[in-house]
Amino acid sequence: MSNYVCRQFVEDVTAYLEGTLPDAVSVLVEAHLADCPHCREYLHQMRQTITMTRDLGDEDVDAMPAAVRERLLQAFRDSTG
Amino acid sequence: MRAPTIPLVPGDDFSDDAVLVKALTARDPEAFAYLLDRYHAPLVRLAQQYVPNRAVADEVVQETWLAVIEGVGRFEQRSSLKTWLFRILVNIARTHGVKEHRSIPFATNVINDNEPAVDPHRFRRFALKGRGTWAQPPQPWSEPERRALDAEARVVIEQAVDRLPPEQREVLTMRDLLDWSAVEVCDALGITDANQRVLLHRGRSKVRAALERQYGEGRYA
Repeated sequence: MSNYVCRQFVEDVTAYLEGTLPDAVSVLVEAHLADCPHCREYLHQMRQTITMTRDLGDEDVDAMPAAVRERLLQAFRDSTG
Repeated sequence: MRAPTIPLVPGDDFSDDAVLVKALTARDPEAFAYLLDRYHAPLVRLAQQYVPNRAVADEVVQETWLAVIEGVGRFEQRSSLKTWLFRILVNIARTHGVKEHRSIPFATNVINDNEPAVDPHRFRRFALKGRGTWAQPPQPWSEPERRALDAEARVVIEQAVDRLPPEQREVLTMRDLLDWSAVEVCDALGITDANQRVLLHRGRSKVRAALERQYGEGRYA
């Protein structure tokens, strides 16, 4: 077992998911994940968190009121740039 | 909100920045309509992260559009039009946010390194074989596989995002709610990739912790 510990993993998880960890550290992380079910669960939860946040972002905010859209388009037409 | 990939006007591919900017400069209303329809919703979503309510967010977005109308003739394409547009919004929104005591001053990239992703008390000093050093490990959330984004989960996430320090909220909104790339975020905010990643990490870690408090079997504080 390497000296790579769970406390370190929870700090490296974002860089790991971003693919920005140095190769040497990535190797340690992979080895650690193979060995530690709790960190695998933690990684899974981070992925769930990201997916759920994206799903929230996909929900529509209200469309722009037609009157506002028309006013902005008019302002654009009237402008000289 | 994924941006539409099909141009609204056949023939003029407004998804190509060069084409779009040329049309905007020539005051083509179709081009401006394209911009409105494509970016209004994400602009509102981002603006909401800086100001206390939707009404002020709408104001910020309208000011942004007016600034775009006024400034697009001077846009020099040193960044993408999208980045330029959101930079204008961020500047206007921060100004409003400061007025509303919600936002941080400009150009601060405060990173507090004393901000562990997980409470250190949940770890042991030494590893146990096949169990790592977790003393209070993360428990699977109370629904198998993936929790659907029901009304309750939505509120948990929204509140967690809302409680984030402004710099973390800003980056997390762009990366996860708006689904931007790291490069786009760094570009829009003028921060380094490393800063971006730390802020994102802090933010995501807190959102995960909030979900764990709600759905983890152990209910860690």
